[in-house]
This record gives sequence, C-alpha cells and structure tokens, in this order.
Amino acid sequence: MSMNPVDAAAKHTPPSVARRVKGLSDKTIAWLFVGPTIFLLLAINIFPLIWTVYLSFTNFKANRPNREVKYVGFKNYERILNDADIWLSMQATAHFLIWTIVLQVLIGFALAWLINRKFKGNDMWTTIIVLPMMLSPAVVGNFWTFFYQPQIGIFNYVVSFFTGADASSFEMLGSVSLAPWSIVIVDTWMWTPFVMLICLAGLRSIPDYIYEAAAIDRASKWRQFWTITVPMVLPFLMLAVLFRGIENFKMFDLVVQLTGGGPGSTTELASINLKREAFEKWRTGYSSAFAIILFVTVFGLASIYVKALNKVKER
Amino acid sequence: MSYSITEPSSRQKTLAAFLVITYAVITLVPLLWVFMTGFKTPPDSISYPPKIFSEPSLEGYVNLFTTRTRVTPERLAELPPPANFAEEIVRDRNMVIAGKSKYGERFLNSVIIGFGSTFLSIFLGTLAAYAFSRFNIPLKDDLLFFILSTRMMPPIAVAIPIFLMYRKLGLSDTHLGMILLYTAVNISLAVWLLKGFIDEIPKEYEEAALIDGYTRFQAFYKVVLPQAATGIASTAIFCLIFAWNEYAFAVLLTSGTAQTAPPFIPTIIGVGGLDWPAMAAGATLFLLPVLIFTVMLRKHLLRGITFGAVRK
Repeated sequence: MSMNPVDAAAKHTPPSVARRVKGLSDKTIAWLFVGPTIFLLLAINIFPLIWTVYLSFTNFKANRPNREVKYVGFKNYERILNDADIWLSMQATAHFLIWTIVLQVLIGFALAWLINRKFKGNDMWTTIIVLPMMLSPAVVGNFWTFFYQPQIGIFNYVVSFFTGADASSFEMLGSVSLAPWSIVIVDTWMWTPFVMLICLAGLRSIPDYIYEAAAIDRASKWRQFWTITVPMVLPFLMLAVLFRGIENFKMFDLVVQLTGGGPGSTTELASINLKREAFEKWRTGYSSAFAIILFVTVFGLASIYVKALNKVKER
Repeated sequence: MSYSITEPSSRQKTLAAFLVITYAVITLVPLLWVFMTGFKTPPDSISYPPKIFSEPSLEGYVNLFTTRTRVTPERLAELPPPANFAEEIVRDRNMVIAGKSKYGERFLNSVIIGFGSTFLSIFLGTLAAYAFSRFNIPLKDDLLFFILSTRMMPPIAVAIPIFLMYRKLGLSDTHLGMILLYTAVNISLAVWLLKGFIDEIPKEYEEAALIDGYTRFQAFYKVVLPQAATGIASTAIFCLIFAWNEYAFAVLLTSGTAQTAPPFIPTIIGVGGLDWPAMAAGATLFLLPVLIFTVMLRKHLLRGITFGAVRK
C-alpha cells in the first residue's frame, strides 16, 4: 500500500510534537490548571491538618508559644476518652443531630409532597420557603435570642397566644430542659427547606407512566405511595440526610450565638466545646486531639453512609 | 378536557396550596419581624405585649451608623439647632452624635473579603474544573474526592493550626488572610459545581475549534468559557453567599482590621442593654443582598446546595 509523502510525514510525527506546534500539550495544561487548586488545599487544609495531628501528641499551649514543647504520646487522646465533659458534649450533639434530622425529614418530605401537587404559584411559594437557609447562621442565631425572650419575645408570645400559658412562665434559652429544644427548633426552621428541595427533585424524577401503570393494575393510592414514591425518593432523601448530618455534626455558628453552649453545658455541642478548649482554655494539644477524633468520626461515619447510599441507588 | 389518572384533583390542590402557604407564612414571620424591628424605637422593640405595628422610626438605622454620648439637658439647650434628621432623633434621647460606628467598616470588609475570595475561587475553580472535565488526569476520582473531603472538617479543627500559621506569616486579621482562607473553603464547591456545568458542554465544540487551528488554550477561553457563563455566574453567587455568611473563622481569626459583619452585628450595644432596633437594621441591610441573590438563583439552587449531586 502506497502513501503520499504528506500523509507519511504526518504519521511519523509523534502526537506530542504535533500538539506542541499548536501550543502547550494537553498534559501540561491539565497540570497547570489543576495545580494551583491542589496547592492551595494542601497549604490551607492538609498542612494544618497534619500540624493538628502533630500538636495532638504534645502539651503545646498556643498562648505560651515559648514554653518547651514536650511529646506526650497518646495521653491527650486517653484523657479525652475519659473526660466526662466531652461525653456530655457528644450527647448534646447526638440529641441535636437526631432530632433535627427526624423533624427536617418529616416536614421537608411532607412539604415537597404537597408542592408536587402542582398547585398554581407553587414555584413562588417554594422560593419563599427556601429563604431562611441562605442566611447567615450567626445573624439568625442572634435574632432568635430576641424572639425567645420571655415576655417581650415574639416566640413566647405566639406560644402563649395558642396555648394560654403565660408568656413569661417559660424561658426557652434559660431552662435546662427547653434549651436543647430551642436549638432544634431554629435549625429546623432554617434547614427544612434544604431537605424539601432535594425531596422535590426526587419526586419530580419519577415518571408519570409508573403511576399510570399502577393505577391500571388497580393499586391503591396508599400502596402506590409506599411501593413507588418512597423507594424512588429514598436515595434523594438519604443524600439530604448525609448533607445535614455532616453540617450539624460540625454545628457551631448558629448555636454559639443562640445559647453559647448554656445553660450549664446542656447545649454545648462538640464544636463549641472544642472552641472553648482551644481558644479560651488554650489547651492546644488536648483540643487538637479532640479535633482529630471529631474529624475521623465524621469522615468514618460519612464513608459508611455513602456505601449504604450507593447500595440503595443500585437497587 | 381529558381525564388524567396522575393529575391531582382540584380539591387536593387547594388543600396542598393551603398547607404550603401556611408553612411559608410561618417561615416568613421571623424575617418580617426583624425587618419591622429595624423601624421601631428601642422602647417599642421591647414592649410587652409585643407591638406588631408602631410608629415607624429611623432611630435603629441612625444608631447603627453612629456612636453617641449622653449630655445634660442644659448643655443640649446651648447647642445650635440640629443639622439633620439623625441629630434630631439622637437629641430626643438627650444625646449627641459623637462619631461614626464601625458597622460601615465591617460591612465593607465583608464586601472586600466576599468578592475577593469569590473571584479567586472562581478563577482557580474554573481552570481545575475544565481540566477534570476534559483531560485524563491520573487518580482523577481520588483527587476529586479529596477536594470534596476538605469540606468535612469542622472549621474549628483547622482553625487552631491556621491561627498559629497566620500568626507566624503575619496574616492574622488581614484581608488577604481571610480571602485565602475562604477561597480554600469555597474551592471544593467551585470545582464540583463547575465540573458539572462544563461536563454538559459538548466536547465537539472544542474539537471543531481545535481543528480550525485554535490552541487548547484559545479553545478554552473562546469556546468553553462563554458557554459556561451561566454556570460560572451561579457558582460565583454561591461562593459569595458562603463567604458573606461565614462566622466561625471570622470570629476566631479577626478582631479589628479585617473583621466581617457577622461577628460584629451581635455585639451592637445601646443604652442599658442590646440595641435591638440597631441590630435589626444591621441584620436587614446584611441579609437583604442574600435574599435578592437567592431569588435570582432559584433555578440553580438545588444544584448549588448539593455540590452538583442533584441536577433536577
């Protein structure tokens, strides 16, 4: 088989040279484009993380940088696991996490299901419902302390209007039994729309013909709901729970403004406890160990959860 | 009209609309209350029972932007007549304006740090997202997951070494330090969202451009960038909102020069306690841009909040 000279020459030119004639090679461009991002993350995320790991094995105190730094082995970790305060804060975090997720899933799914009835103007109302979650949590938390004031607060006033209880007879933020619920209420107000939006996307992804087929087979609405709607929305719902779970495990800004961890330590979530240890008591080594434990916990739980999520998706 | 077995009946729709609107109204009450508190006088804002409507006053806004000192009535009588409405309001409380408050500066810091970090995240994020979308990068999935996993860290956990690092580098309480920090937090969102948007642009467009003699780089900015403009714009708004709202790093790493508005607003103090109308005024001005952006973004909202995992 004969070839004309131009084609032959082209065939013998390696592709890399051909590309170089037209500018940088794809490989160079790829690294040029990805490099800065990776560098920034290494400098501001990974390097500090490694530093935290190092600090967690020392007795370093950031407010006394000139003191001799001693290696203490796993002593910080040992002390954390035996510290009653830490376990209390983990309990407070668990209470907050579980109840916010339960309430947000129930209300969020119900709202999405109602919005999916496609009544007139549903888009506009969806946008209105979504507003709270885009706002600054610190400013929102600050404002809810105003609503929760006994007597002058609008929350207490509304509750007393509907239940007849005296508006100054209860203190949402000041009472040991109500404070854990006061933070659940605000987080639910703020983040239910997030679960709602994701559920709505799930509901809208179900094609009509599945329901049509079910109706022809005379499946009741109730049965359709449990055998079509719920299983098909489940992956979406689980994704929403993953996001809310990670966010609320790290929860800091909203609650620190609302209660500051009080009264006592009833609402002292893990991050608030961590901040106190690190930036008020300045126990840097100890709090670094706590930070690592928290990070490993989130990361581990999230990885297990993602595996479960993928199994549900495959079904 | 044809009968559909999947379309809800009109009675169902009315009931659904009623319930959803009720919820929406409950959601709005706190926001409206903040807005209205901004236009109340301090005594009206803490009256019992709470006053829904009261004589509108600009005292909250005046207090937000000024610092005031108390003077004796005799001294007040000697002063020349008030030059503007703000002075008039302040003098009614036996006070004079002493100077500007810090709110303006804090708000400006929020703007500088917000826009600075958004610009940087979008610049770096677009480049990385393009590379991840179009090229064969070794360990691509691992790198992408690594980028996402940086979001799982509690901010306080990294704040300790960043605090130490910034102290050494002289970056604590500087605009540059906060811009870099917020960029590092936002870049995961930017890369994941933008990769999704760029994935949706057909490769054939660039290939045609390459055949026409464009270099890869020219194809990127003359063909891909214009196509990705909407995606880039909405990603930018998400980054901006995050930086705007951020509190944990701001409260730990800034105290003066570079402090943003969220740590500042809750500390506004008036006479004999917290000045709720001034705080409400500050919050209203601070939240308003985000409300407007949210309405603008509503089509891409879902995608943004799920890192592109749900695209609708």
